[in-house]
Amino acid sequence: MSVDLSQFHQVFFEESHEGLDIMESALLNIDVSNIDSETINEIFRAAHSIKGGSGTFGFNEIADFTHVVETLLDLIRSDQFVMQPDNVDLFLKSVDCIRTMINELEGGSTCDTEQANVLKQQFEVLLDGGFSGEPEQSDASETKVSAKDETGGNGWQIYFKPDIDILRTGNEPLRMFRELAELGELSVSAVTDEIPALGELDPEACYTAWNLTLWGDADESQVKEIFEWVVDESELTITPLSLGADRHAQTESPQEVSLEEPQVQDLTSNAAPQNLVSQNLVSKNVVPQAPKPERPKAEKKAGDAKKESKPESVSIRVGTDKIDNLINMVGELVITQSMLGEIGSDFTVENLPKLMAGLEQLSQHTRELQESVMSIRMLPISFAFSRFPRLVHDMSQNLSKKVELILQGENTELDKTVMERISDPLVHLVRNSLDHGIESPEQRLAAGKDEMGQITLSAFHQGGNIVIQIIDDGAGLNKDRILTKAIEKGLVSDSDHLSDEQIYDLIFRAGFSTAEAVTDISGRGVGMDVVRRNIQELSGSVEVESTPGSGSVFTIRLPLTLAILDGQLIRVGQNVYILPLISIIESIQSYDQAIHRVSGGCDILRLRDEYVPIVRLWEIFNVKPDSKKVEDGLLVVVECENIKVAILIDDLQAQQQVVIKSLNDNYTTVEGLSGATILGDGTVSLILDIGGLIKLAGVSKEQYKKVEHTDDSEAA
Amino acid sequence: MTTILAVDDSASMRQMVTFTLKGAGYDVIEASDGQDALDKAKVSAVDLVLSDINMPIMDGIELVKNLRVIPDYKFTPILMLTTESASDKKMAGKNAGATGWLVKPFNPDQLLATIKKVLG
Repeated sequence: MSVDLSQFHQVFFEESHEGLDIMESALLNIDVSNIDSETINEIFRAAHSIKGGSGTFGFNEIADFTHVVETLLDLIRSDQFVMQPDNVDLFLKSVDCIRTMINELEGGSTCDTEQANVLKQQFEVLLDGGFSGEPEQSDASETKVSAKDETGGNGWQIYFKPDIDILRTGNEPLRMFRELAELGELSVSAVTDEIPALGELDPEACYTAWNLTLWGDADESQVKEIFEWVVDESELTITPLSLGADRHAQTESPQEVSLEEPQVQDLTSNAAPQNLVSQNLVSKNVVPQAPKPERPKAEKKAGDAKKESKPESVSIRVGTDKIDNLINMVGELVITQSMLGEIGSDFTVENLPKLMAGLEQLSQHTRELQESVMSIRMLPISFAFSRFPRLVHDMSQNLSKKVELILQGENTELDKTVMERISDPLVHLVRNSLDHGIESPEQRLAAGKDEMGQITLSAFHQGGNIVIQIIDDGAGLNKDRILTKAIEKGLVSDSDHLSDEQIYDLIFRAGFSTAEAVTDISGRGVGMDVVRRNIQELSGSVEVESTPGSGSVFTIRLPLTLAILDGQLIRVGQNVYILPLISIIESIQSYDQAIHRVSGGCDILRLRDEYVPIVRLWEIFNVKPDSKKVEDGLLVVVECENIKVAILIDDLQAQQQVVIKSLNDNYTTVEGLSGATILGDGTVSLILDIGGLIKLAGVSKEQYKKVEHTDDSEAA
Repeated sequence: MTTILAVDDSASMRQMVTFTLKGAGYDVIEASDGQDALDKAKVSAVDLVLSDINMPIMDGIELVKNLRVIPDYKFTPILMLTTESASDKKMAGKNAGATGWLVKPFNPDQLLATIKKVLG
């Protein structure tokens, strides 16, 4: 094949995934007892496109399977098959199956058709029962007379009387005759008996019939193929020429044509030029051997075209408005740049205000450009939410619970990377809510609630963060059970006095799981601690609130993007570091009375009612500070994972947005650092990772607690 | 230059058709559904329309009906690209005024051969 189809595969895969998502969500919304024709059409169209594409691009396994799916859908939409609730599941399984096959193909492997075959059989049972088989591919439509002789001996006698409206469908007898002429030697004579009187003649209609004789060894099927599109409306007879027939005997007298021709020509010259040409040709009686068109021409050209290499990276769909905005910004930037260039080329002190104004403009445009670029990576969270209707549907069936899923704020935008990485934690939390949160219908009724439980997934912006909440109206967290379990696991001691909040927070601790029986649903060996860790890796946080009897709310907070950070520049000696602004609680000038020295060499800052361990940055990074004394420096109180520490630094500098450059990509992972950035003066500055720093400083949660207790008792 | 209006809601099919036709020296205008195609046909001179049947907003059959009432498109060849092998679909297309059809899946060579059949 001259055109390399593989260049279209990536688009096909993406499109198929979209189609499958559409099918899935439509299937989940379908009300079997009252099927909405638009919904079923939507499902059908998606299946239809996947089938069409997979056939075209050579993925026959998918085309074969999708064909049965499509056939059943077609019967449903034409009311020939009544859809049953369990059909929905079959369709959903098919969606999964096609998705798996596409993923396999996308990954470059061949696809496994085992699952497809199993499902296909189920479809075939339905198709056999509900309807007498699928419409068979109708081979070349029947002609009224068919010759048994396949090759036709030395030619064919053809009578062709097209439908009177043939020209109005864009079909053109002349074109067909030319095609016939390519098969052999052709003679044509027109039968003009039916051409009406001038006054009644419709110039756009075709009144002529033709007798054609084709000499040569063309197959009947080749002849039929030429008339394929018009055969149903036309009278067409194809009979083999008798062997040894005299070719010239077949030519009939042309005088009737020549008689009529001038009139017809006049009449039709405006309205139907094609018709005219036909008539003209016919009048000559024998179509001259049409020049052999250069068939390979197209092939050559297509072959010449450069084969584009298959795109490896996953693409991102961006709205054109965002792109336009970006181009607009760049335009502004260019204008500002040329303005500054002009000032610079001939600079005098009088121009200083102009320069300042120009620089101000430049910084504004750069900021806007940055925002525009960032917004390209932003996707509506519906991309992450879209898998949940299916998940909830399947899970609630498994668990025999009745659950309604409500999605809110689906248009809230989130960085693509954050989105990809938040997906798994979200799934886990939703599973958890379904499994542990929502009660069985009986329990719900007994508790005086609607038997249908509700899980709400909600997303919104708050400050520089995006907040995602998973809200269920289930039983709420069982405080006593959590506490008992935590004590049992040694996470806390029974002498600890914990607030409700602290108790609920225990579920995020490593090694904690209250599920008495490990269920299929959330017992996957992944605990809530992993959820929290995943979210923290995204510089986010997760917390839970719960009211016994009326449900729980899991709240995830995430930064809008991972690529840019609001940073606080801090200085230790000659070195400038960056602290994520979001983690800073406060900064204080330390004074002697507030510093407590405890055993083990750890200094503690008394911050109002709290005791906060002091971390000396110079000690950790082994750099030379202005002064090693705590009293001389500043203390920045930061928090991570509910642990507060006070970081000792020499000085606070500016606050600014910094672009995070990964240390991992450029160097290697360094504990205590989350990345680096380049400052305005060109120096490289390291970005501190508070979690890692705390670990480096050897402040563990337990130790922190202990410290707190020691001091409590000391204070008391 | 011969201009072909390629109508399909599937981007991959559109890309394939466009790439093939452009490679063969045709000018191609793409449309993603019937309405889109109709709008584009009204403002450009199109020599041939290649349209999918199943599309959102306006399907291929409706497109043909709507095109045929426009004087400029009375005789323009319109080919339906369709996976439907069922004859009722083809007939619906024909009755609406389509010239012919090309059954999916087709390869680029088949596409060009069919186009040539219509454009000569």
